Amino acid sequence: MTAASSEIATAAAAAGVGTTRFRRRWAGWLGFTPFALYVLLFLAIPTVYAVASGFFTDAGTFTIANLAAFANPTIVGDFVSSFWVSAVVAVLGAVIGAVICFALLAANPAGALRTVVDSASSVLAQFGGIMLAFAFIALIGIQGVVTVFLKQTLGFDLNASNGPLLYQVSGLVFPYLYFSIPLMVITFMPALEGLKQQWGEAAATLGASRMTYWWRVAFPILSPAFWGSTILLFANAFSSFATAAALIDQGGIVPLAIKQQLTSETIVGVSNTAGVLALGMIVVMVIVMTAYSALQRRARRWQR
Amino acid sequence: MTVVTHTASEATASAGSSDVTGPLTIKGTAVELIGLVKNYGAHRALQGVSLDIHPGEFVALLGPSGCGKTTMLRALSGLDGIDAGSILIDGNDVARVPANRRDIGMVFQSYSLFPHLTATQNVEFGLRMRKVDARKRVARATEALELVGLDGYGERYAHELSGGQQQRVALARALVTRPRVLLLDEPLSALDAKVRVQLREQIGRIQRDLGITTVFVTHDQEEALAVADRVAVMNAGVIEQIGTPEQLYLQPASPFVADFVGLSNRLDGVAGGGEVIVQGSSIPVLGDAMSGEVTAYVRPEDLAFTDSGDGMDAVIVASSFLGSLRRTTVRLKDGTVLAVQHDVQERPVPDDTVRVRFKGRPVAVRPR
Repeated sequence: MTAASSEIATAAAAAGVGTTRFRRRWAGWLGFTPFALYVLLFLAIPTVYAVASGFFTDAGTFTIANLAAFANPTIVGDFVSSFWVSAVVAVLGAVIGAVICFALLAANPAGALRTVVDSASSVLAQFGGIMLAFAFIALIGIQGVVTVFLKQTLGFDLNASNGPLLYQVSGLVFPYLYFSIPLMVITFMPALEGLKQQWGEAAATLGASRMTYWWRVAFPILSPAFWGSTILLFANAFSSFATAAALIDQGGIVPLAIKQQLTSETIVGVSNTAGVLALGMIVVMVIVMTAYSALQRRARRWQR
Repeated sequence: MTVVTHTASEATASAGSSDVTGPLTIKGTAVELIGLVKNYGAHRALQGVSLDIHPGEFVALLGPSGCGKTTMLRALSGLDGIDAGSILIDGNDVARVPANRRDIGMVFQSYSLFPHLTATQNVEFGLRMRKVDARKRVARATEALELVGLDGYGERYAHELSGGQQQRVALARALVTRPRVLLLDEPLSALDAKVRVQLREQIGRIQRDLGITTVFVTHDQEEALAVADRVAVMNAGVIEQIGTPEQLYLQPASPFVADFVGLSNRLDGVAGGGEVIVQGSSIPVLGDAMSGEVTAYVRPEDLAFTDSGDGMDAVIVASSFLGSLRRTTVRLKDGTVLAVQHDVQERPVPDDTVRVRFKGRPVAVRPR
């Protein structure tokens, strides 16, 4: 082969490699397109539309007057209720889920118990809406199995103090915990399993007892993952709608207040207020998810 | 760098009572392992192993995977229990003493720095366990980091350090409490070749400066031979031979040691009168006189190519350039394959015919 033909062959080979890379890149983008379109159509555009609607009047002119809704005591109350319900669910769900994870550490990772718990958690973390609401109505509703049992055997009425427990904002804690605890198991278990054996052994050879190891090494290392998961539980509860909608008729929490503003037949011309409420929710979610992302980054870096 | 001396009074028996507030000083301590037995189910990982380690000595446990070397180290550290035997440190049996009360320092194979703490805080950890006050902790940690050449790196976290730097912090962390024994569990195996050599030399230098009794587990014979005062070669839960690197290399006590330490050509021969006849050549024999049919272990560097008529006819199979030398595989007429180590200037070509001779240096033999 002459030098010239060799150069041509090299150039052709390089061009071939370039073409292959180009095709692969486009094939990748092509595969990503359906998901990108889905996110655009069902998340990005509706979000922008909802937020933007808060800044326009029904006549279509720009206004910030709708922001006055944030001064409305009812709406402020809805936000406060959403916050505390989500916070209680997040903290309880995180603590109970973490305890379950610690208990599962003793089980064989490939054993039947772990497989069942992992599978059940994956399913139950997504279990919400009408079905879950109905299950809880059957359990602790006015004529629920547990309600009747407690009343008949112990004389204790679950609904005695403030009316039907399940149909109030505070009652949402129970069904929300139902899917939050499995979500905690799914998100926190990998972090717990990621604790390196060498950390415990190094601590022991340096003079630490088992308890000292957990207190000074394991818990601090796990803390970003724990708080990250807690925040995820908060976000999940804060944005939940279907379960609450099945149990509670009127507002009380922000997602239900938005629905009320959009569908009310008695309050006219407040659909733009729904946009402002959506903006409020989005701001909360952005803050929460930014914190989650930062904590997850730290957790990954520490447990790499 | 801080030069370290040691005083006998400062070494104490338990982690909780150590005086660790003065200068970084360490006393070499005698370690005796007597009849250690460790079973994993039906598998016996340690088969009654005994080993004496002198104060201030650097002993390497060398062997292939599964030979029991790490099991032995973990038994000595207290991280794993034993089924029988005694572990004496300074004459006291610590076999039932938990790891956190044995006063040993340990560096692990995989990076074990606590990721939420800085390098200084990692080094301080053992001192904190001993309730040393904060000012002294920082001073001691800084001194230990200087010892391993990492002054100025104290505020960095593990993820901001290279693998070699992490292992040096781990070494400082293990030494800062002035443990009675330093245990190194393949601390270099995760590092790249150049860093490995640098760190191994640094470990050797620090060990000599401190005079701390050290046990170093490795499967890398070069590492073991380079840094240890004595090397214990382990196989299947027993120590096959313990000796200086020279003894192991020149006088292997078993075929396993001859095979494992360095590279050997195994050749059938007949011994007698302090010599062995191999492939028609007479070679002096190392060690005790032996007679009868034997296997001779001839090192590649004890063979050479020759142009004279006293060698063995052979055909070149392959040749490898190893930097400062070249190693060539040849096949003799009877099918025997030999490795020959020679100068890089000689460039054998596969399928060429050559002649190979013994240099006449004494070789190890074992009965066949």
